Amino acid sequence: MSRFSLGRWLLPVYVILALVFILTPIVYTIVFSFNASVKTNIVWNGFTFDNWLNVCSAQGVCEAFGNSIALGLVATVIATVLGTLLAIALGRYRFKGRSTVSLLLFLPMATPEIVLGAGLAAQFLALRIEKGFWTLVAAHVLFCISFVVVTVKARVASLDPALEEAGRDLYGSPRQVFFRVTLPLLMPGIVAAALLSFALSFDDFIISRFNNGAFVTFPVWIYTAAARGIPAEANVIASAVFILAIVSVIAVQLTTAARRRRLAAKG
Amino acid sequence: MAFAAFGSSTEAPSHAPLKRSWVAIALLAPGLAYLVLFFLTPFVSLIITSLQAPVEFGDVGQYQPAFQISNYFTVIETYWPHFLRAFGYALAATVAALLISYPLAYFIGVTARKWPMIQALTLTFVIAPFFISFLLRTIAWKQLMADDTPLVQFLKTVAIIPPDGHLVGTPFAVIFGLTYNFIPFMTLPIYTTLERLDTRYLEAGNDLYASPATTFWKVTLPLSVPGIVSGTLLTFIPAAGDFVNASSTFLGSAQTQMIGNVIESNFLVLNNYPAASALSVLLMAIILVIVAVYVRRSGTEELL
Repeated sequence: MSRFSLGRWLLPVYVILALVFILTPIVYTIVFSFNASVKTNIVWNGFTFDNWLNVCSAQGVCEAFGNSIALGLVATVIATVLGTLLAIALGRYRFKGRSTVSLLLFLPMATPEIVLGAGLAAQFLALRIEKGFWTLVAAHVLFCISFVVVTVKARVASLDPALEEAGRDLYGSPRQVFFRVTLPLLMPGIVAAALLSFALSFDDFIISRFNNGAFVTFPVWIYTAAARGIPAEANVIASAVFILAIVSVIAVQLTTAARRRRLAAKG
Repeated sequence: MAFAAFGSSTEAPSHAPLKRSWVAIALLAPGLAYLVLFFLTPFVSLIITSLQAPVEFGDVGQYQPAFQISNYFTVIETYWPHFLRAFGYALAATVAALLISYPLAYFIGVTARKWPMIQALTLTFVIAPFFISFLLRTIAWKQLMADDTPLVQFLKTVAIIPPDGHLVGTPFAVIFGLTYNFIPFMTLPIYTTLERLDTRYLEAGNDLYASPATTFWKVTLPLSVPGIVSGTLLTFIPAAGDFVNASSTFLGSAQTQMIGNVIESNFLVLNNYPAASALSVLLMAIILVIVAVYVRRSGTEELL
């Protein structure tokens, strides 16, 4: 085993360095949310809670944040419903043109965002549709659908068809079987897909830049602000979202690990 | 991850009921209608727009239907360096991200199997960048690479960059930003394939007197090819179309503009819609060709 000893140390040390690299700009962003900045938030000017207490003092930042939340929610609901239906069809039914449907779902993921964004913008231009909230919803649903299908389809594939058969054997109508058996079993996949959609929508910039019109999302606001210097309030919002998300993820992992250990102990 | 998942079951599941195909049609109809309306038709719009000609004596941004194929030659002539930069930077960033991500994915997927807590925690840190605005992360790197920071001072002392040199605005900074941004997209699919790797294969290699290096090259690496293909595609495609890292407000300068930057400026600033559309069509066409050749070469057609 001695010849492995170098490798045994090398890899963990490398992983720690890589994680430091990955986390550096995140820590930087959080630290600078506490900066007593004057006008621009580039030089460290001392610690303060002011930015956190008066988040909305930077013009438009809270409105942009609210816009992003509203857009994310609407786009997520539509994308999750459409994507789940497609995933059930692909995972449960045989039909002609199946590979064409798969290809059509795969293509949006293989298309650079800028092409999706410019394409939609060209479409709205040709139809003389004014860009705003609903053009953004259309754009965000588009790039979320494929990811919903991938996530939910994996769940459909792992579903035991015997459970649905049992439902039918017990005289459940197709509707009862779907709502009492299939849907609850798919729920974890659907929830994961919805969270992924919301995250994708919330952080999307490139497609939004082409289709937002006068509707300013949080990333679009940051991009515009970047030209003159991003105020610390943007860091506050981003840090708050980050801390909330990471704490929830770690909490979920800890409870799953604990449950698994309990089951193992019982088993 | 995403690419691999699509190939997992291209043929219909054996228990699928054939008779009730009208249910399948009802399930498919809304989603497919959406994709036709907001994905396929925009492509048609893009192609139609790319062939338009300016309205005679019209204002800036006024175009009329035409069949002006010369638009394509004009944009290639004007913007070929931007195409080269886009694909060059994207390729460099993909290779760098692969080199950084593979050991990381190996650790999470294979080494850390014995410690589920460490495995879960490392994975969480790898995807942590997803939870914070990508524009702010890029700005953070810009400020960390600014001229008066310790990092740049150090690089000047060891003469890696000249005393009057900068880091921000160089191709290096743009490739660095792209690499950083796509590490999670590279690590996740490789981790997914390595996580399913049967370690008994590695033991078998060891039993047959192969050195750890030989076992890695002959067993582990070939088995992780599907993950590598997914990861490199998930990095290369968006990196080639990115315009944030290369923009002058972020990590780039006028000398690092990529194809995304000129599509953005032509469409949103200069209102030259035909040029922006022609560039988008070309970008898409080149990427489709590259993806098709790459997937065929790596022998992973079943991913598509």
